Amino acid sequence: MTADGRTGGLAVGVGRASLALAVAAALLTTGPPDRLSAQVDRTKPPALPPPPALKLPAVQTTTLPNGLTLAVVEMHKVPVVDVQLLVDAGAARDPSAAPGLATFTATMLQQGAGARSALDVADEAAFLGAQLNTAASFDAASASIHVPKRRLDGALDLLADVVLRPSFADSEVARQRQLRAAQLVQQRDEPVAVANVVFPAIVYGPEHPYGHPLNGTDSATARLARERVVEFYRSYYRPNGGRILIVGDVTLAEARRLVTARFGGWERGDVPAFPSAPAPASAARTVYLIDKPGAAQSVIRIGHVGPVRTTPDWFALEVLNTIVGGAFTSRLNQNLRETHGYTYGAFSQFAPRRLTGAFVALASVVTAKTDSSLIEFLKELRRVRDEAVGLPELSKAKAYLTLGLPGDFETTGGAAARFRELLTFGLPLDYYDRYVDRINAVTATDVQRVARQYIDPDHFDIVVVGDKSQIEAGIRALNEGPIAYRDLWGQEIR
Amino acid sequence: MARLATATAVVLGLLSARPPVHLFAQSLRVPYQTFTLPNGLQVIVHEDHSVPVVAVNTWYHVGSSDEKPGRTGFAHLFEHIMFMGSQHVPTGAFDRLLEAAGADNNGSTTEDRTNYYEDGPANALPLMLYLDADRMGFLLPEMTADKVDLQRGVVQNERRQSYENRPYGLAEENILERLYPANHPYHWPVIGSMADLQAATLDDVRQFFQTYYTPSNASLAIAGDITARDARQLVERYFGAIPRGPAVTRTPPPPAQLAGAVGAVLEDRVQLPRVYDAWHTVKAFSADDATLDVLANVLAGGRSSRLYRRLVYELQIATDVVAFQDGGRIDGKFEVYATARPGHDLGELQRVIDEELRKLADRGPTPREVERAQNTVEAQFLSRMERVGGFGGKADQLNFYNYFVGTPDYFQKDLARYARVTPAAVQRAVQTYVTGAHRVVLSVVPQGKPELGVRP
Repeated sequence: MTADGRTGGLAVGVGRASLALAVAAALLTTGPPDRLSAQVDRTKPPALPPPPALKLPAVQTTTLPNGLTLAVVEMHKVPVVDVQLLVDAGAARDPSAAPGLATFTATMLQQGAGARSALDVADEAAFLGAQLNTAASFDAASASIHVPKRRLDGALDLLADVVLRPSFADSEVARQRQLRAAQLVQQRDEPVAVANVVFPAIVYGPEHPYGHPLNGTDSATARLARERVVEFYRSYYRPNGGRILIVGDVTLAEARRLVTARFGGWERGDVPAFPSAPAPASAARTVYLIDKPGAAQSVIRIGHVGPVRTTPDWFALEVLNTIVGGAFTSRLNQNLRETHGYTYGAFSQFAPRRLTGAFVALASVVTAKTDSSLIEFLKELRRVRDEAVGLPELSKAKAYLTLGLPGDFETTGGAAARFRELLTFGLPLDYYDRYVDRINAVTATDVQRVARQYIDPDHFDIVVVGDKSQIEAGIRALNEGPIAYRDLWGQEIR
Repeated sequence: MARLATATAVVLGLLSARPPVHLFAQSLRVPYQTFTLPNGLQVIVHEDHSVPVVAVNTWYHVGSSDEKPGRTGFAHLFEHIMFMGSQHVPTGAFDRLLEAAGADNNGSTTEDRTNYYEDGPANALPLMLYLDADRMGFLLPEMTADKVDLQRGVVQNERRQSYENRPYGLAEENILERLYPANHPYHWPVIGSMADLQAATLDDVRQFFQTYYTPSNASLAIAGDITARDARQLVERYFGAIPRGPAVTRTPPPPAQLAGAVGAVLEDRVQLPRVYDAWHTVKAFSADDATLDVLANVLAGGRSSRLYRRLVYELQIATDVVAFQDGGRIDGKFEVYATARPGHDLGELQRVIDEELRKLADRGPTPREVERAQNTVEAQFLSRMERVGGFGGKADQLNFYNYFVGTPDYFQKDLARYARVTPAAVQRAVQTYVTGAHRVVLSVVPQGKPELGVRP
């Protein structure tokens, strides 16, 4: 079945759901027919009973002698387990001559490990019914596995091989290098992928650890070699500073036994400190145009650098973003989609990062309305600074964030994503116990303050990937700054 | 050595008279209550008190296969219009009220049905039902041409974003129009054509609503931390007074067969050509449907699958390969597609795909390959049990099974279909459905290079 949805693109919120396996069917007695049904008052929405008390799954932690932190969240409703191993081997550590090395190393973990060939690794994962993923963001590398409980032992054996005993055979390095080169060709055909490479390249610039493409460049890919991968792996894939998060149908004692048996012998290392870099200076507002002849839409990214994830302002920023572009009824989506019909969806985000973060507002808009869309984006992003938010809108945003919280912890994967964020950024593990109070404490004054501090239209980098011949004149007529022309990598066109 | 082991296993598989006993860890059960209101609305209630959330999921038994000529995409456009307010709910209030209660919502349309959900804290159930009832019972009084125009623009942008501006995004509609005759309801894509979306009128909205958006053509599933008693009272209160609609009648679809192999070339803004093979198979839940799912997994499920191994890993002539069985209410199709690497052409890819299909037709898969697919499916079923809401959560699944097989709690029986698949059954399915003689072969090639297309 092909499903066309009401919303797509950037996911808004997290799915909410719960579960009951083989729960005895309580035979439900049917009450008498509702005598009020004939006189139901439809003129106003029903008053709701108070929301249910917040009850989130608890996280328990312990540390192995080699420094590996184990965090366990027991969820026993469905016999599945989600395991996430985080190591401090993210792409911010890519050597300047080897952009893409961290993600490539993560890919290579699965291409043969221990006694298993590359095909064996894939075959074993599938046979266990396990989803095995290895990946790197700028801030961390991860190896994760989601598996039915009764196959957890085998899944952890596989995960341990992949993380502790990768083969990095020359032939497999060559194979993955070739595949990545072809994927980089494909990436250039995808306007959204192009925008996602160009925007950070411009916002952070080439000197910053976040300024290069996560998956590297053509020339860097051609140079990827076994020695580089082995060196990166030896430096950064270490238990000290590593964290293993296990969410699902296990107990702490059981998890500790399973993890110690497999990861207890993992050798510590001297992991170099995470790179530090000052926030790049923001240039005056500029529109960066990336030409995609024939494009049906223009892909827009508007923003600049932002705060680190650990800023105390984060709660106010979450409320601010929910008002601006974090939910369906947020201002950007209401304006660009529901009022004007320029787009299928317009959103915004403060990207959570260990170093300098980023603010980005985004949409894909119909080519003919590219200039009109930019006007509306800028109008909304200025308005949230200039005018204090009204109480109904503020209350709605706070309710959306706080009352929706339990649903984010319904599944093992959902809970793992929430706790993984805490581990990645070194946030306290009882963070969500105070979350509701912290969000509810945010005032209209706070929102306006963080809007003025963290959204700065005078310094926006505006990236537009679209058909230059159709959109350039309209953008120029806006008079919202100079136009600069960039290639598909965000580099100046010479 | 490996080859010998494989051959032995195949022989054993063929000899066993019955499928191997495959015991899953536990049975999947989703206990439910069901009742039907006097106006025909069927309601399914599942209590799950593990997390204080509730999911409301409505299926209207209408999809793009019910559209009239010249109005393709209308069922999905209508889905969007359902969020534009109703007699007692002003435009925009639907979303605002739900978000203010901490709830999310969405909707989706396929060939066969349209679904809507609201997920949120359990105390929001009365609001969810109030809103859903108002648009089921009172949509038209406040309907205007402006509302239709607005969502027409949004949906046209959805078409641009998800199809036209996405590499290879127009492949599917090019396959459908060749796989199905013009008078077959699966001939056109769910998203529809730009021209037909442009042509939709307010009058179309009225007619469609009165024909299909009636309580007797819908089912409502409620799952989560609620009691069936409360749910029933609320449903009766809000939905009870909505009048029953006319019975929906459908003419049987014309036969969908391909006389032979059909070739086509589509030029797109891509650098790497891609070849799609598509076959008619069987509809959802018919005898070979699960077998064809297993076949898709054997062919392209993960990096140890046959086609991935040959095309991407060993020969390194493709960047990716995908295979799937897509069984709908009326008909089914099986597809394989693969993208060529720079310096390689679609002819090379198609030869390998045909070779691997021939091997499966001649010798079938190994028992391990089938078991691997079964294990993957079982794990997917388990993970689906984690959520009550969203697309594919338990409430949506209860509606899905109810509509397709008439039994809401069909989870275990559905899984059992996969457990029964044998290597011999997969082999027969390849021989029966996935042959070279009757298929659509679509080549998507860079603009100005139609010569890169492959012959069927």
